Amino acid sequence: MPQKTAIYTISISLLIIIGGIWAIDNLNLLPVVASSNAPIYDELFKVLFVIGIILFVGMTGLVIYSLIRFRKKPGQVGDGIALEDNLPLEIFWTAVPAIVVLFVGLYSYDIYERMGGMQSLSTNSHSHHSMNSEGKVWGGIGLTSQKAIEKNSLPMINVDVTALQFAFLFNYPEGEIVSGELHVPRGQPVSLKMESKDVIHAFWVPEFRLKQDVIPGQPTVINFTPTKTGKYPIICAELCGPYHGGMRSTVVVEEPEEYQAWFKQNSKQPEMEL
Amino acid sequence: MVQTKFQATGNGTMSISLPPATENDSNSLQPTGWLRFISFSLDHKVIGLQYLVCGFIFYLIGGVLAGAIRIELLSPISDFLARDVYNQVLTLHGTIMIFLWIVPVVNGAFGNYLIPFYVGARDMAFPRLNAVAFWMIPPAGLMLITSYFINGAAQSGWTAYPPLSITTPAAGQIVWIVSVLLLGGSSIFGGINFIATILKLRRPGLKLMQLPMYCWAMLGTSILVVLSTPVLAGTLILLSFDIVAHTGFFNPALGGNVIVYQHLFWFYSHPAVYIMVLPAFGLVSEILPVHCRKPLFGYTTMVYSIMGIVVLGLIVWAHHMFTSGTPPWMRLFFTIATSFIAVPTGIKFFNWVATLWGGRITLNSAILFSCGFIVNFVLGGITGVALAQVPFDIHVHDTYFVVAHFHYIVYGGSVFVIFSSIYHWYPKFTGKMLDEKLGIIHFALTFIGFNLCFAPQHWLGLNGMPRRVAEYDPQFTLVNQISSVGALLMAISTLPFLWNIIYSFIKGDKAGNNPWQALTPEWLTTSPPPVENWSGEAPLVTKPYGYGEKSSDERNPTITQA
Repeated sequence: MPQKTAIYTISISLLIIIGGIWAIDNLNLLPVVASSNAPIYDELFKVLFVIGIILFVGMTGLVIYSLIRFRKKPGQVGDGIALEDNLPLEIFWTAVPAIVVLFVGLYSYDIYERMGGMQSLSTNSHSHHSMNSEGKVWGGIGLTSQKAIEKNSLPMINVDVTALQFAFLFNYPEGEIVSGELHVPRGQPVSLKMESKDVIHAFWVPEFRLKQDVIPGQPTVINFTPTKTGKYPIICAELCGPYHGGMRSTVVVEEPEEYQAWFKQNSKQPEMEL
Repeated sequence: MVQTKFQATGNGTMSISLPPATENDSNSLQPTGWLRFISFSLDHKVIGLQYLVCGFIFYLIGGVLAGAIRIELLSPISDFLARDVYNQVLTLHGTIMIFLWIVPVVNGAFGNYLIPFYVGARDMAFPRLNAVAFWMIPPAGLMLITSYFINGAAQSGWTAYPPLSITTPAAGQIVWIVSVLLLGGSSIFGGINFIATILKLRRPGLKLMQLPMYCWAMLGTSILVVLSTPVLAGTLILLSFDIVAHTGFFNPALGGNVIVYQHLFWFYSHPAVYIMVLPAFGLVSEILPVHCRKPLFGYTTMVYSIMGIVVLGLIVWAHHMFTSGTPPWMRLFFTIATSFIAVPTGIKFFNWVATLWGGRITLNSAILFSCGFIVNFVLGGITGVALAQVPFDIHVHDTYFVVAHFHYIVYGGSVFVIFSSIYHWYPKFTGKMLDEKLGIIHFALTFIGFNLCFAPQHWLGLNGMPRRVAEYDPQFTLVNQISSVGALLMAISTLPFLWNIIYSFIKGDKAGNNPWQALTPEWLTTSPPPVENWSGEAPLVTKPYGYGEKSSDERNPTITQA
């Protein structure tokens, strides 16, 4: 009954799709959203998750169904059907994954651009960041686009980050502050220029959905705009030695006034205005 | 045709040639009986089983190390192992599982055992090189493990990224490098041998497109081995110079560049993933048709997808470096290239499901492990496509999400296939049948344990647990404990398997020549096969998957026995 099969196929497919969408909306799979690029990330995650669930449940379902439906029953003799090839079917399952993959690739490219990942660093250089001798800084994601800078009247907060076994040091050049914690105001773009003193480390804040390796001899940059006040962990994600698991710090996202107070209190140049 | 007289020294009329020297010296000098298995045997079947048993012993050692890691991670503080010992353990676990278990077994063990049968040859193209390749493995493995007891093993992970690998204790790191160089050399020797055997030792009348799929998988894999392993060797030699001679190739303090190491390392180590899974794809393609009693679906597209994976596999390495600070265009290129591997890989999976479809499937251990592989690998493949997307990767790179992903590929994929293959070919190896009940218990425990261990790790990675840590945020304690319970189940699952292997060898039912009524040439001889594979001329099998054409009695060819 081809008609009946078609109805079954369509209704099962719909069920899987609805299930996938329900799952992503009701399962708590990601940490708190605390930066401007985290919601963009979560949007990509949602799309990938739904496509992934559909494919996984579909394939698993087909395997289990085949094992049950086509299992050799007692007393059965002989072989299965001698079906060797089916060109339209092969074309179909070459084309569909190709289209899905192409869609995912283009979509994630768009996400990447919205996160500012495709910005070249030359149009986005920070006056205070002295370039290293090669004049080259390698960027990560979250480089705020030129447009966003123009739109945003707030100035960029620049912090120099030094990573070493097994700590992060945050240096605020404007206030000559050196801190073990990263303090940033909510809603204002932050630019971190990072360099390692010894081995490779990585700067990761799960709530910001951002990660960038911190490399000896090669400064790297990461930009973000925090959107939610709170304390979030900064985690070293690159194996850096025996105490790698303990190499953690905290980023404190505060209301701008609180941040100003912290900055004034710790600054060695109290007269200087931001 | 089968009765054609075989003449080793004749010329002119003979159709199958055998190196004349082999019969004269190697056979008479080779030990017989069980001694063969600990000798410098030139018999491809002995070498294949040497690889398999040796690999399995290293798998047990690597498994004990995995157990130590999971015990440490039961609690969020570093309390079971000293911190540097923990890093040594995770380095050894990765290195042993990759270089001493999966690569030698899916390539060396099954490749050596099966490829000469499949091409209709009496041995590999270079039997001595073959034995040398195997005998490089035990000393390399022993050296690696001994380093732990002498001066401490390497502790910079299996990736050995500098400057960490330059600044951690040198002795362990150097032993690690020498050991991986030996294992890489062994792998290259094997690769050359497989290419020569498949292309040059085919029985007259056997065309390339008539070969069983595993031959294509091994041809593709061996091309990858030969192209990429020398790059790893060169890189590690440079790294050893940095460590012992204080050169500055990768040492930023001396003007070196640490990112260059990563490019060179992953130029091998990404293809290494395909070196571990392509042969597994080939083995599954052999196992499914036999137990489904159906031809392998889409032979031609399967061959093209293997070659597609080989080509794409060589140009995707930098997706391991999205957070290292690569330029945007490079990130974009590697995202697209990596995503497209899903297309040829997807074709293979759809073809396997189509092979199941409409078959007459015997639900035995071999088929269950193969189907477990399909399910696990699909999940690993989906997370793989997700990880290929730069914006997705920058959050989960170097986290437990990645740990979960690659265990779904190498354990859920390759190791499931190794078990499936052992259940499938054990009757041929030993002439005895394995116990099916124990096999199904083994499968159930492994499948449940594996998924319980690794599925929760996706969540850990998404929520903030980096990989390679001995201590973690206490909010992850429960999920880590669940994961450790899964690991315990996996460890327990090994017991019925080991018992089955040993007990069946002694007391198992006689298998006969062809217990599965299979069509590929290794079944058209005795179990275990004679030294030169067939007592008569090698059978010409042009349709290795010709199931479902005639009734099974007519199809079963008569085998003349000496």
